[in-house]
Amino acid sequence: MRASSASASATASVWEIFIAFLTIGATSFGGVVPYLRDGLVTKRGWIDDKEFVEMLSISQSLPGLNATNMAILVGQKLQGGTGAMAAIFGICLPGGLLMYACGVFYHLHGDHAWTTAALKGVAAAAVGLILYTVVNLSQKSLSRKFDFVFMAATVLAVNRLHWSVPRALLIVGALAILFHRPGRMKANLPE
Amino acid sequence: MNQISTLARVFGFLSLLTVGGGMAAFPEMKRLTVDVHQWLTFPQLVHIYSVGQMAPGPNMMMIVVIGQWAAGLAGALVTLIAFFGPTALLAYVVGRVWKRLETWPWRRSIQEGLAPVSIGLLLAGCFTMARGAIFGLETGAIAVGTLLILLQYKVNPALLVVAGAAIGVISFLPK
Repeated sequence: MRASSASASATASVWEIFIAFLTIGATSFGGVVPYLRDGLVTKRGWIDDKEFVEMLSISQSLPGLNATNMAILVGQKLQGGTGAMAAIFGICLPGGLLMYACGVFYHLHGDHAWTTAALKGVAAAAVGLILYTVVNLSQKSLSRKFDFVFMAATVLAVNRLHWSVPRALLIVGALAILFHRPGRMKANLPE
Repeated sequence: MNQISTLARVFGFLSLLTVGGGMAAFPEMKRLTVDVHQWLTFPQLVHIYSVGQMAPGPNMMMIVVIGQWAAGLAGALVTLIAFFGPTALLAYVVGRVWKRLETWPWRRSIQEGLAPVSIGLLLAGCFTMARGAIFGLETGAIAVGTLLILLQYKVNPALLVVAGAAIGVISFLPK
């Protein structure tokens, strides 16, 4: 057991959890992770830094978005199932309402010259943003050079061979997990 | 009614593909929502995904729009529950047993093995999207510019997407 005095005793009501995640959901422009850290670790002390990093690593290995997986894990830690529900509902509500309004607006004005011109720029910038996420994640979580082979294989499988995403995930994923199997941790190359 | 159950099935399935991020599911989302069920066109999908990057909160809230266009408010709600429900349940269960898995040697293997594959899926999603977003010098320059600025400076990415909108208006508004 970890000695984390700050968080071991942390308590929060379901309502407080909802409000905390609603605030993060309404303000986290440009990516939720720093806002989660600020709101949960720094401001409220509900979890400590070590727990935050651990929960984030669970969130990243599971399917699902970091934002919603983190909401579930933190909500669960504080108030079980009800806490988890309050957290995910809170973090999704503001963005969901906003996107609903965007959908209505797009349907009404989506083909105006101004909107189409702006959307072309927005889409191009979004591509740059995803590329940045790819670079950033590669630097942080790829431990070995050979990992780039699995990464490239996944891209080729989906974009060139037109494998479905689940097929690529199962086949390349299984190979990558086997490559990283227990006891081969020290190897740098497969052979 | 039929539309609603199809939405639930499609987004429940897509939910499980979001390993490493929402973008990982993008190629399959394009196939199912655009090609198979024709709820929207590919340019529309690219647009709402991109607009979603400016919204706060989880970055795939754009799925609400697909549900809304396909089946109104009920469609939006069903899409939301179908897309976040399965992974939320999984996170809940894994969150409870994670501690016990700490000594299981394969846990690290799975985490380390899935990392490159999930980044590959993200990149594959990015390329799929680029086909609908990058066409010519201006859009290419906006994408590369955004990447370089983010690599170099600590800027809020949402601001760069807003800047992209401004550049889009300047470059593409018919004179």
